[in-house]
Amino acid sequence: MLSHLRPAIVSMVFFTLLLGLAYPLGVTGIAGAAFPSQAGGSLIRNAQGEIVGSQLIGQNFKGDAYLRPRPSAAGKDGYDAAGSSGSNLGPMNEDLAARIKADAEALREADGKGSLPADAVTASASGLDPHISPENAARQVARIAKTRGIAPDQVAAIIAANTQGPTFGFLGRSRVNVLTANLALDARYPKPQAKAP
Amino acid sequence: MDWRGWAEIVFTIALTVAVGWPLGIFMARVWAGERTWLDPVLKPVEAVAYAAFGVDRNRQQGWFGYAGALIAFSAAGFALLYGMLRLQGILPLNPQGFDGLSPHLAFNTAVSFVTNTNWQSYGGETTMSNLSQMAGLTVQNFVSAGAGLAVAAALSRAFAADRGEGLGNFWVDLTRTTLYVLLPLSILTALALVAAGVPQTLLANVEASTVEGAKQVISLFPTASQEAIKQWGTNGGGIFNVNSAHPLENPTPLTNLIEVVSLNALAFGTVIAFGRVAGARREARALIAVMAILVGVAASAIYASETLTPQPAMVAAGIPDASANMEGKEVRFGAATSAMWAAQTTGASNGSVNSMHGSYMPLGGGVAMFLMQLGEILPGGVGSGLYGMVVMALLAVFVAGLMVGRTPEYLGKKVEAREIKLAMLAVLILPLSILGFSAIAAVLPVALEGLLNKGPRGLTEILYAYSSATGNNGSAYAGLTANAPWWNTTLGIAMLLGRFAYAIPVLAIAGAIAVKPKLQPTAGTLPSDSPLFVGLLIGIILILGGLQFFPALALGPIVEHFQVLAAAR
Repeated sequence: MLSHLRPAIVSMVFFTLLLGLAYPLGVTGIAGAAFPSQAGGSLIRNAQGEIVGSQLIGQNFKGDAYLRPRPSAAGKDGYDAAGSSGSNLGPMNEDLAARIKADAEALREADGKGSLPADAVTASASGLDPHISPENAARQVARIAKTRGIAPDQVAAIIAANTQGPTFGFLGRSRVNVLTANLALDARYPKPQAKAP
Repeated sequence: MDWRGWAEIVFTIALTVAVGWPLGIFMARVWAGERTWLDPVLKPVEAVAYAAFGVDRNRQQGWFGYAGALIAFSAAGFALLYGMLRLQGILPLNPQGFDGLSPHLAFNTAVSFVTNTNWQSYGGETTMSNLSQMAGLTVQNFVSAGAGLAVAAALSRAFAADRGEGLGNFWVDLTRTTLYVLLPLSILTALALVAAGVPQTLLANVEASTVEGAKQVISLFPTASQEAIKQWGTNGGGIFNVNSAHPLENPTPLTNLIEVVSLNALAFGTVIAFGRVAGARREARALIAVMAILVGVAASAIYASETLTPQPAMVAAGIPDASANMEGKEVRFGAATSAMWAAQTTGASNGSVNSMHGSYMPLGGGVAMFLMQLGEILPGGVGSGLYGMVVMALLAVFVAGLMVGRTPEYLGKKVEAREIKLAMLAVLILPLSILGFSAIAAVLPVALEGLLNKGPRGLTEILYAYSSATGNNGSAYAGLTANAPWWNTTLGIAMLLGRFAYAIPVLAIAGAIAVKPKLQPTAGTLPSDSPLFVGLLIGIILILGGLQFFPALALGPIVEHFQVLAAAR
């Protein structure tokens, strides 16, 4: 056993230097040079250069003028991008039933009684899901158009421009990026005044 | 369910095998010490390594020496990682200023990464510094996979040998596999992932002012470099709490495809390498068929469960599409991509997730758990999946031999009492650890405190945790809060048992097999490359797993399924 001692210790040091420092730092260097935006987290900046978010990370929109995201279990108020989490509630859990019921009522209050898609009342795995389903977005068109004083078609066009289909036609699902759609709405049809509740 | 989902399942499994195939051929060359096109770069590095380790690369080790080296290496890795995690607070590259880990969490985490399990009792973005992620966890992601592959190399040589003695040299197998296979694959995959949107930066956090004027802190990390080896090495320990469900770890269906293929390709490739080294290419294809068939069936079953079972809470709230269980799933993935991953990650001993298994319908989550309880062989962890499957194959030829009254053979080696005893010793670790620990935890108040869900799902949270730990998987029904002394300690022990109480008997089998003469097949030999053998092996795997775990499954997922159906009416 003692004969294994030296290779065991020295190899751990060797591998730590090679795989724990050289490898990640090397990849960081190459990635930062070749793909600076992605490597930096796909951040979105406003005209003043301030970071308004990441196009990959959902935000907890509440205002009537915006597409609203899915329920989130990340952090106390949802969409905590430093504390990702799903709800982990099982199908028989009473807390899940209560939450879905309350959310469904609130959504019907806000956007009418039309049929609710499943993603509108379920919390995502990450709590940071940047997307909603096209059906979920379509339900919200009338409210956004009314709040902004524009035609529903104009809102629908923005949503369509921020919708992606399945990759290669069959991998994954169609989805609307909530943050980029809302930014596009603000850029194209500025609200009279921003009123976040 | 729709055609896209089925197409995705078939396409992904086929692509995974297709990618693994040439990798296996390459890995066989690496194990044999043959020339490769990477030699000009890596040969000098390798020479420096052996000189520093004090290892003679031509010295053969017997099974005992090989096992000793494996244990010594794992112990050294554990000690280094444990120390690094405990001292995290005073070490550099800690931009968030995280404290050191508690003793039980550091024990659990160090065991977890050294055993290739990557169970995570912590949330990555709220616990680990950049140094711990890179120099601690990433390193073990590589070398624990390398160590598992080394054991597979030793077993492969045992079947090739004709009255042989040595099994190879652990240090050489570890070093060559890590340098020639895992490192290049990881570099390429990491860069591809960055190009597709995964961050790779030493900046830990950025602060955004959201559109509605709130503050949002976004954790970033050097994610891609760990993501790549996390998948290739069937490790599964994510940078972030929610693993590959996190939109930064896995932003698109394309990154998902890259990640899920790299999750299993090398495990399939290990079987190909085994076939080449052991001179049993056709038999290796039979093992691949068993793996691909079972994991495909499992993925389909999970997909069906997640799209056909009505969700009682949604039925009650009047949601028309109440069978689309999107709780704990991401919109960009949906049910099919999530089910696909769930089967692949639990069939392998990877344990990364792109959806939360703890919110799955009872049967969907139950199938995922059952895949782990089958011993992580479909296709299993890199290295460990192959040697687990060979153990099953030995049991299959043994059972067939009993039926026809002949001494069983596998790949030209007589299978006798010693090998079967050792195989059973390895196989019995699973029920002993999974059911034993679960039985205790189910009646222990200090353990039950960690549960989120009650009733059958609570029991499933317990069973799932010990299945995951013993199978060296690492995924969770994450409602369980495992960061407490009871859970961290017992799950750590389960991980050690699942790794070493399995790998060491396997090396002993390899030692026993290697010294036997290599026989030519006769008319009485059961061919181990036929559809008949594929069917026999599938039967042995399912019966062995079913008999051991069915009573426990009946009390967990199965009874919960009927509760769900009743409640959704």
